[in-house]
Amino acid sequence: MNTERITNRQVICDTLLKAAQKDRDIVVVCSDSRGSASLGPFAERYPEQFVEMGIAEQNLVTVSAGLASCGKKVFAASPASFLAARSYEQAKVDVAYSEVNVTLIGISGGVSYGALGMTHHSCQDIAAMAALPGMRVYFPSDRFQTAKLIDALLGDEKPAYVRVSRSATEDVYDEKTDFVLNRAGVLRKGRDAVIVACGEMVPYAAEAARLLEEQGIDAGVVDMYCLKPLDQETLLWHARNVRLLVTVEEHSVFGGLGSLVSQVICRENPMKVLQLALPDEHLVGGTNREIFHHYGLDGEGIARAVKAALI
Amino acid sequence: MDGLTKKAYELRRDIIEEVYRSGAGHVGGDLSVIDILTVLYYEVMNVSPENWRDGNRDRFLLSKGHCVDALYMVLGDRGFFDKQEAIETFSAFGSRFIGHPNTAVPGIEMNSGSLGHGLALGVGMALAARMDQKSYRTYVVLGDGEMAEGSNYEAMMAAAHYRLDNLCAVVDLNRLQISGPTGQVMDSSDLGEKFKSFGWNVIPVADGNHCGQLTEAFREAAAFRGRPSVLLACTVKGKGVSFMEDQKGWHHGVMSREQYETAVRELEVALA
Ligand SMILES: Cc1ncc(C[n+]2csc(CCOP(=O)(O)OP(=O)(O)O)c2C)c(N)n1
Ligand SMILES: [Mg+2]
Repeated sequence: MNTERITNRQVICDTLLKAAQKDRDIVVVCSDSRGSASLGPFAERYPEQFVEMGIAEQNLVTVSAGLASCGKKVFAASPASFLAARSYEQAKVDVAYSEVNVTLIGISGGVSYGALGMTHHSCQDIAAMAALPGMRVYFPSDRFQTAKLIDALLGDEKPAYVRVSRSATEDVYDEKTDFVLNRAGVLRKGRDAVIVACGEMVPYAAEAARLLEEQGIDAGVVDMYCLKPLDQETLLWHARNVRLLVTVEEHSVFGGLGSLVSQVICRENPMKVLQLALPDEHLVGGTNREIFHHYGLDGEGIARAVKAALI
Repeated sequence: MDGLTKKAYELRRDIIEEVYRSGAGHVGGDLSVIDILTVLYYEVMNVSPENWRDGNRDRFLLSKGHCVDALYMVLGDRGFFDKQEAIETFSAFGSRFIGHPNTAVPGIEMNSGSLGHGLALGVGMALAARMDQKSYRTYVVLGDGEMAEGSNYEAMMAAAHYRLDNLCAVVDLNRLQISGPTGQVMDSSDLGEKFKSFGWNVIPVADGNHCGQLTEAFREAAAFRGRPSVLLACTVKGKGVSFMEDQKGWHHGVMSREQYETAVRELEVALA
């Protein structure tokens, strides 16, 4: 239980603070986003390793690439909506194509911004970033996984896009849970169905599996935080043991987890895939939870859809 | 207190009500821009619920779209829709009154909220007016933090290149953005020089919360020929509520019950 409601963005800041104690090359770059990224403490503690770009996301990404080309280990944090859409060409050319050591942190992704509406939702960031050769794409679920992911990314020099949600996510792991980069997390195995989820949807998938169990349905839960490279081995192992594969994501139906999973399944193990995602339309306004509920993206909604698909 | 100033203070009271009820909104920027919006909608622009579908109406774009809370109150007060509905449902589930301008709401020309789009949209609207030989004018309100977006400078260049004297920009120069003073985050203190060097007619407004000064400046802009005009309106973020004035924390701060009551009381006193 994440009783203190620690957010993944706070965890990223803590992890970077720790790493910066020993590494002067770590640089954080923000675009009037240090507050929403929870990176204020980093800016205060390491002002020489912090660069403020103002409200200029394209500049943020390209300046980050320039810094990285000179040996800096750059973490550029800005709302996912602007980072992955407005700065897309900068990510494509300056970061992914030139393969520099920049980790793009897309904060408040998906529908985190709730009633701020479509300009602030980023429901296409995974599709967009995954289509860039050289860009890895991650969407961690809980705080423990987030910390371990950032630690792992500090250990290599390749570009990555990491999406994080705004609110605190329920714990699904603990400090001791094993983490291997690019290996999906397995919360439970199932005989009837397997639910593959990422990010904030993972605890909802786990809740759905509990609800389904009460109804005699055995559903597994896989945390595919590594969208690219997708962990095909784990995916296929689970898919081969069930009748129904379900994907759940806080993203458009196009080009996200459901699409990436389906591609592998079509090729390697054709079977029915139920894709639960946000519809291709202007979304209703409300808090992120209200939006999830409205589109059936919560424990109850997922369980209902899985049950209906199994009958 | 003259009529416009009184109106702006009444609208401030509405904004406080709307923002307090919803626990959402961007109250600091609302209070800095409300005088600009009041003067535009009650004095300067030819746009109303009656001519709202007419191609000759003046066009308005709130490029600093996060302050739509203020715009809703002005549009509601002008009769584009029921103001009370906006106050009661702002940011609520399923409401059309979401936290950024969207065209589901009468009176809103274009969706916005991602900063740095309004000026270029305005260039397009002003060019269309010329193509169609229409006499409407286009007004765009920008934030000073927003002026860090490079797209603004592309639009500035194009507006001057096409000599769009039917385009008028206003920068709400409240010297603050989310992370702190704009001068420290990304310095845009010489915006006047920048606009001038891009070929714009620059009109400084010493007190951008003064309805009289604003009205005068808009008149000057409308009379100016051959180049686009920009009003650099020196405002106070949070203007009218003492504890919010010039405080970065009120960019999107949420009021406690006591703070709400104090804010309402101060505005009542100003109106009395
Ligand atoms: C492209 C983009 N980047 C970031 C944001 C998030 N954001 C909303 S308001 C704001 C600060 C705006 O400051 P300013 O333009 O000075 O507005 P004001 O002070 O009038 O509120 C930021 C960074 C956004 N809406 N759009
Ligand atoms: Mg400002």
